[in-house]
Amino acid sequence: MSKDNPSQPSAAWAASYEEEPSQAGVPPSPGGMTALKPFGWAKDNLFNSRLNTVLTLICLAILWFAVPPVVSWVLLDATWTGSSEACREAVGACWSVIVVKHRLIFFGTYPFDEQWRPFLACGLFVAMLGVSGVRAFWRPWLVGAWALVLVGMGVLMWGGVLGLTHVPNDKWGGLPITLMLSVFAIALAFPLSILLALGRQSSLPAIRSICVGFIELMRGVPLVSVLFMASVMFPLFLPEGVTIDKLLRALAGLTLFTAAYLAEAVRGGLQAIPRGQYEAADALGLGYWQKTWLIVLPQALRIVIPPIVNQFISCFKDTSLVTIVGLYDLLTAATVATTDPEWRPFFAEVYVFAGLVFWIFCFSMSRYSQWLERMANRYNRR
Amino acid sequence: MISKLQAAALAAVVTLPLALSGTAQAGATFDGVKQKGYVQCGVNLGLYGFSAPDDKGKWTGLDVDVCRAVAAAMFGDAEKVKYTPLSAQQRLPALQSGEVDLLARNTTRTLTRDTANGLNFAPTNYYDGQGFMVASKLGLKSAKQLNGATICVLPGTTTEQNVADFFRANKMNFKPVVIEKNEELHKAFFAGRCDALTSDASQLAAIRAAETANPNDYLILPELISKEPLSPAIRQGDEEWTNLVTWAFYAMVQAEEKGITAQTVDAAMTSPDPDVKRLLGVTAGNGKALGVEENWAYNIVKQVGNYGESYERNVGSGSKLKMPRGQNALHSEGGLMYAPPLK
Repeated sequence: MSKDNPSQPSAAWAASYEEEPSQAGVPPSPGGMTALKPFGWAKDNLFNSRLNTVLTLICLAILWFAVPPVVSWVLLDATWTGSSEACREAVGACWSVIVVKHRLIFFGTYPFDEQWRPFLACGLFVAMLGVSGVRAFWRPWLVGAWALVLVGMGVLMWGGVLGLTHVPNDKWGGLPITLMLSVFAIALAFPLSILLALGRQSSLPAIRSICVGFIELMRGVPLVSVLFMASVMFPLFLPEGVTIDKLLRALAGLTLFTAAYLAEAVRGGLQAIPRGQYEAADALGLGYWQKTWLIVLPQALRIVIPPIVNQFISCFKDTSLVTIVGLYDLLTAATVATTDPEWRPFFAEVYVFAGLVFWIFCFSMSRYSQWLERMANRYNRR
Repeated sequence: MISKLQAAALAAVVTLPLALSGTAQAGATFDGVKQKGYVQCGVNLGLYGFSAPDDKGKWTGLDVDVCRAVAAAMFGDAEKVKYTPLSAQQRLPALQSGEVDLLARNTTRTLTRDTANGLNFAPTNYYDGQGFMVASKLGLKSAKQLNGATICVLPGTTTEQNVADFFRANKMNFKPVVIEKNEELHKAFFAGRCDALTSDASQLAAIRAAETANPNDYLILPELISKEPLSPAIRQGDEEWTNLVTWAFYAMVQAEEKGITAQTVDAAMTSPDPDVKRLLGVTAGNGKALGVEENWAYNIVKQVGNYGESYERNVGSGSKLKMPRGQNALHSEGGLMYAPPLK
């Protein structure tokens, strides 16, 4: 289907996808040349049949009625600073509630004067995630850098050394909790899910049934009940006086749950590998792990990037369920911010803000996955 | 509030490990707390006035003050508390499993919880219950004056039933305005569609603080027509710990009765009143009996304040909720707060 010149050298391929990623390989549509002739484009695409004309008009009408009120609520009539009294009199959104409560929302019960520490830790973490996404940095030193950053984050968050006061993790809250839970759950669940997916295809009955049993059990119950078991029921079976940290328990529950779902996505990739690939690997005399590591997984994982990222995003959002086990994630902190009677009428603004923060992270993940997919598949376009 | 089925299931799950282990070591919690050096206190995730982090992330509230009082009695330092925010489903198992030493999370004391769920309760630190809110300009003083009133109420709840029972018992009539959604209901009341709005009194105060420009325009009538005694809870099986939590709270009430505040407690150390002397440990004995320092009550009053101070600061006139003392006044002022003699 590609219209590109087949004689184009492959190095140019790699260059071209980075310059105009979304256009590469896609034939121009009949109504193209959009920038030059907007009127013609509209005629060709929006008004080219009676049905389309009607649909276009309906959409325009909806936009006409929906957009101005939203814009005036969000921007024009909004109160940006000032007291709750000013907000009560204004008709628009009350963003001053965010100004007043943003530190509670972002950092929960972390000691107020020390909140630069979680701020710095989150900044480091996000920067490191960004760096890890860039291909040029995929070098062995990245592992070392991660180790350093994690230690640095631990020092910042816990303190107790270098003159920082000790902050036990029951005081952590807000964005650091959401970020750490989701990133660690994803990072731990991913390798586990590959093992589970491989185990599910294993020819050894014991391994296969354990993996199938685990996956089906986890997929068969809601995440809320997994978290509930992990944090409410599990401690009842421990000897008296032995407690495992609540954050750790929730992380374990979230990891196991995500791993089960990811395993099914990975299995889809494994099943899409043609039988000939396995046989060719066998013919070369590769052992099981060599075959899996060198031949099967690189191809299988490439295929399943979209469902895997889908699961990552879902895991990120699932962290907001930890509120039922009493962890102070971003959304819980936002909810608590709305319990203040002075600001309670403006809960919508707080939730819009929390939603925006979630959206920024999820959208970045989604965009990154699109880039990753294109890069991984650049040599085998179909 | 949990259903009976949930309570039964919870009780079964909760008592099973206890039955298996078969031991309830006396003093285990008390010694455990003393050894680790802090009180692990289960609180609400966020209930303004009772337990919620303030804008600076510091836990405050009436329930939080109970935790702080116990820490002050035990360690002489009200800050030696670690807070575990708990959801409504989690709170009882968290106490049972030993995850928290003390549960101060607006929990209603009931017979089932006291027995089948294996809990002990400290004295009630807040008497909540269903009440009525009216516009101040009506000039009403009592719910008994509501004969013939229109009342805004949520449908299908015990709230509705309680109102009907109250009016029948007092041989009065009322006209219910039943509205399904909370926000609509409040709007209807503030728009003047009904004379009174009914809900739990603490709820009414929160609604008033949130949705009126001037809270003084509305009045919560003193009668409460249902019982919701919110009490701190501890695990059964450690009498020493139960004693300390119980008397730490009573010390706050006693201090209010004697007029001792955080500011005046130092001066009160020289008071000739034998009750004050015993309370503040000038006359020794109480501390030894509880297994703590003799100045335990002094530390509570100095660092947390007496009950009245805690009330006014968190839910009363000094707070945004502006709840009247009502049933939570001292017995000498017509309320239910009554401390047995500390001797």
